[in-house]
Amino acid sequence: MAKTLFQKVWEAHTVRKLPNGQTQLFIGTHLIHEVTSPQAFGMLRDLGLKVKFPQRTFATVDHIVPTNELKEPYSDPIAQEMIEALRKNTKDYGIRFFDTTTGTQGIVHMVGPEQGITQPGTTIACGDSHTATHGAFGAIAFGIGTTQVRDVLATQTLALSPLKVRRIEVNGKLAPGVYAKDVILHIIRVLGVNGGIGYAYEYAGTTFDGFSLEERMTVCNMSIEGGARCGYVNPDQKTFDYIKGKPFAPKAADWDAAVARWASFASDPGCQYDDVKPFKAEDIRPTVTWGITPGQAVFIDEKMPALETLNAADRQTAEDAYAHMKLAPNTPIKGTKVDVCFLGSCTNGRISDLREVAKYLKGRKVSPSVKAIVVPGSQLTAIQAVHEGLDKIYIEAGFEWRGAGCSMCLAMNPDKLVGDQLCASSSNRNFKGRQGSQTGRTVLMSPLMVAAAAITGVVSDAREVFKV
Amino acid sequence: MSLAQITQVKALALAVPGDDIDTDRIIPARFLRCVTFDGLGEHAFRDERTGPDGKERAHPMNSAQAARIAAAKQGVMVVGFNFGCGSSREHAPQSLWRFGFTAFVGGSFAEIFFGNSTTLGVPCLTLSKEDLAECDAFVRANPNVEVTVDVANLTVSAGAKSWKADIAASARDGLVNGKWDPIADLLEGADSVAKTAGGLAYVAGK
Repeated sequence: MAKTLFQKVWEAHTVRKLPNGQTQLFIGTHLIHEVTSPQAFGMLRDLGLKVKFPQRTFATVDHIVPTNELKEPYSDPIAQEMIEALRKNTKDYGIRFFDTTTGTQGIVHMVGPEQGITQPGTTIACGDSHTATHGAFGAIAFGIGTTQVRDVLATQTLALSPLKVRRIEVNGKLAPGVYAKDVILHIIRVLGVNGGIGYAYEYAGTTFDGFSLEERMTVCNMSIEGGARCGYVNPDQKTFDYIKGKPFAPKAADWDAAVARWASFASDPGCQYDDVKPFKAEDIRPTVTWGITPGQAVFIDEKMPALETLNAADRQTAEDAYAHMKLAPNTPIKGTKVDVCFLGSCTNGRISDLREVAKYLKGRKVSPSVKAIVVPGSQLTAIQAVHEGLDKIYIEAGFEWRGAGCSMCLAMNPDKLVGDQLCASSSNRNFKGRQGSQTGRTVLMSPLMVAAAAITGVVSDAREVFKV
Repeated sequence: MSLAQITQVKALALAVPGDDIDTDRIIPARFLRCVTFDGLGEHAFRDERTGPDGKERAHPMNSAQAARIAAAKQGVMVVGFNFGCGSSREHAPQSLWRFGFTAFVGGSFAEIFFGNSTTLGVPCLTLSKEDLAECDAFVRANPNVEVTVDVANLTVSAGAKSWKADIAASARDGLVNGKWDPIADLLEGADSVAKTAGGLAYVAGK
């Protein structure tokens, strides 16, 4: 019988059926970080349990790392305590730690792919909702809570129920100046922030076929923003080429067998999906959010919705959003004043993002009214960017060049909005207070749109600013 | 490990309206800068409850009803749709549970929040849109009437009212049988785990 990748991976990792009807699913790769793991290690100690497969857990530190302070001890004692706790836990249990001193630290969802740990046909769990990022490689990857982090540490398994599979098919070629970020923002806008509850999203079609692995990661990353716990792209030659030669990739003798195995996990022709949603790439334009959920979005040249066009439930959230964002219904978002520009995060902090923006940034200057920061998602990305001279282009343009970490995506380190500052952000969430000030405002967009806003000081159409 | 069988929760209720309430709102990220869950209860909905000027805002969590629930260490929170979306932080249900909430009733729940709550032994039951509106209105109008969240029989009732409720069968099974924390079952499967692991080449680094 023809099967989806989801079904094949699920079956290969099924340990047994549990008494409550759930599946005990083997988790081949467990990624941990400093925020959601310390309590799990505490529970493990309380129960007198050991880490069952220490070689299948990988750790790094990302959320609390100050990206403007590279020496320890950090000026924030709590950040120092959290990194020390992870050092102790990984040492006590024999877990590989991509620490800040190794040159390989970074946002956990960048470290896995960079190291070749993220592979097709595997199961990956991490105490972080953006774990779906790894689905770009054809893995079933999802976020879990801290008690589940304990479960994986202690047993390398989770109690789960299978998901339905929705194929999101995007065909065609994106217009110049339209990026993977616009594709996922558009999908979430159309299907809703809760449209994916109960589903795994399979992203397919010629648009995704044409995407690089990094573009696929941007899309899969935001699956949870559409309510889907995981999202994936079927593995293909691009996937295998990306992994080849990475430190944890299968070595020479095992390589061909691994590729054959990986390819066999791709969804079979003629397999049954629980739902299919088609999109046309040509219909997608640069997309920005105007509200407090990632689904509240418009094309840059559209007006924000008039309240009377919305149904009752959406209208209530929209009224709340307009009040928080200090924006007016039925007006353009283009031209809205911007205070801060953030280029980075597990959505858009990869080398291809930094390269694409740098291409257009040469000779341009950040508006004097804007604070702009660029944060490579990982140390390896930062090293590569410096090697290519990208840092100089950003600094010359007036961006602050930072160290690796989550930075201003969330408010757990010194990078925070102040008061009601409005941030043009390449990250993934525009929730109230997300960027560290309870009155702070976030407008999500692609990296090049962030750069356009940085230069003009207002929300802008990058296609016009950069003559794309 | 023996756990309580959670067949029903009978307690005072608090309505916290709104759809798509994300976990950043339930517990702002600055409170995740910690290595234990202790003390999270007092910060539940902190930025919704306190304005930038440090003054209390009008919010259900600042009401006398919320204080009664906190004192009793049991309560039912009546919420909207897609409650607990966003970040996977278990700190969110932990903070509400530590505040005093022992059950949630809503239109729908984000999956990770649902799983995290269930593993704490806190049931999340859903009602139809119409019934939820009626339940919400009843709870506001009758703050002294206890609400019964019946996990075993899948109903939410209060006074003379009763609404048909739902929850994933596996969660219901775990709660009513005192097996809502799956760790014991997962540990029992150790032999089968080794067998599954043995069949996966990548687990051996190949």
